[in-house]
Amino acid sequence: MSYFSDIYEGIKTLLTGMSVTGKYFITSRKGAITQQYPDNRETLKMFDRFRGEVIMPHNEDNEHRCTGCQKCEIACPNGTIEIIWDRGIDEETGKKKKKIDQFVYHLSMCTMCGLCIDVCPTDAIEWGQNFENSVYDRTTLTRVLNEPNSKLMPGVED
Amino acid sequence: METEVVHTNFKSEEYFINMGPQHPATHGVLRLLLTIDGEIIKKVEPDLGYIHRSIEKMCERDSYQQIVHLTDRMDYLSANINNEAVCLAVENALQLEIPERVKVIRTIIGELTRISSHCLWWGVMGMDVGALTTYFYGFRDREMINDIMEETCGARLTMNYNVPGGLMLDIHPNFVKRVKDFIAHFKTKLPEYDRLLTGNVIFKKRTVGVGVLSKEDAISFGASGPVGRASGYSCDVRKHHPYSAYDKVTFNESLKTEGDTYARYLVRIQEMWESLSIIEQLIDIIPEGEHRVKTNAVIKLPKGEYFQKVETARGELGVYIISTGTKSPYRLKFRSPGFSNLSLLNHIAVGGKIGDLVATMATLDLVIPDIDR
Repeated sequence: MSYFSDIYEGIKTLLTGMSVTGKYFITSRKGAITQQYPDNRETLKMFDRFRGEVIMPHNEDNEHRCTGCQKCEIACPNGTIEIIWDRGIDEETGKKKKKIDQFVYHLSMCTMCGLCIDVCPTDAIEWGQNFENSVYDRTTLTRVLNEPNSKLMPGVED
Repeated sequence: METEVVHTNFKSEEYFINMGPQHPATHGVLRLLLTIDGEIIKKVEPDLGYIHRSIEKMCERDSYQQIVHLTDRMDYLSANINNEAVCLAVENALQLEIPERVKVIRTIIGELTRISSHCLWWGVMGMDVGALTTYFYGFRDREMINDIMEETCGARLTMNYNVPGGLMLDIHPNFVKRVKDFIAHFKTKLPEYDRLLTGNVIFKKRTVGVGVLSKEDAISFGASGPVGRASGYSCDVRKHHPYSAYDKVTFNESLKTEGDTYARYLVRIQEMWESLSIIEQLIDIIPEGEHRVKTNAVIKLPKGEYFQKVETARGELGVYIISTGTKSPYRLKFRSPGFSNLSLLNHIAVGGKIGDLVATMATLDLVIPDIDR
């Protein structure tokens, strides 16, 4: 007797499950969540807080906001950020002042934890939206974030 | 002339088989040394260390803010809850007063993480016992949570959203709307999970009565989370030692007494409903206020020992800090739920078939980086 009830039970649960999958088979176009990457590259927009890579924005006069305080370098758990700095002479006061020579960023070591951006007192660095970082050679992932001949934006103090 | 080889190590009818470290059913780089007689399992010996990154040792070098991001990489499916554990331990040690807003947001995000983890588990659970469809359904709903996380925290998996003292950023303006959309969406999808898999006769035959764990064994093996609760062991940290905003919400601890694979499955499905109800209770009453308390740039815990436990999607995660008053802990020990839950695998899998072992392992919901650390 249980043999037949087993068969009945089997077919019943099979059909119950198939009613779910069948519903999606018919209406699959409507609820599709698959993104056609990389065909949608033009329209693809990441969320504004998305952590892609660390960038240093410059204004049109090639000026950045980094004072070289090295707080990000200390906050970083992996040694991703390396600031090579120098002392230059301030034109206004004539005193010696710290300035960055190179802001080296090793993307290959970055875990995207966000501590450097969180700790930056002058908002000099922020998150970039780029996420396509595959390369054949990891040394190309070491970047200098400040542009050549860039200067500190006037009025930025830490 | 042929000479007969005499085995001294084991009986001639038993043989060894390696399951893993690249077997898809082990969900990562776990290697199981199986001693098998025909298809009957005689002994299961887990071999660990394939993804050991010495996180506990790295914690002794890092500052307390930096430790948080390492815990993302332990149990990556409940990353936010791991973050919360370390942050709560540090905040308790500093005796910081955390704003109500932070507590409520942490609870909501923690429950979202739990649902997302259970969605993934449900998908791969079905896949492990041969139902590939569930994988796509589980991931479809998890995708919505990932989007919520990405918009608010900035990352989909390793969020590092909690900091000692609160949250790194305030919630995104779209957060509340998105979470409400998700609740409405998921309430229509969870019954589908039941229709698709829970009542299925094949699934029931594979799981009912398989891998039975008694309540006494669950306690003595240190099982926690859904594994312990399926055996009738009431071990929900959220209920017994409430942290964050869990003392403000009402929810049931999902308990079963059977202790088999099917009971563990039902407990997790029930937990998803409970998580939804917790989020629903809190999403409308997020208090206004600061999202972060200012802490010193260099956090130095007072000399002493501190312990904090939280309920991750897998069970009880304990964080034990010994501080000597410097900027890094002298020793930091994680009590991870996966390690204790793995230890009982040999006990419940012996006597079963290889297929049963796969089903049992699926409901233990092992995350290997959590076990190895």
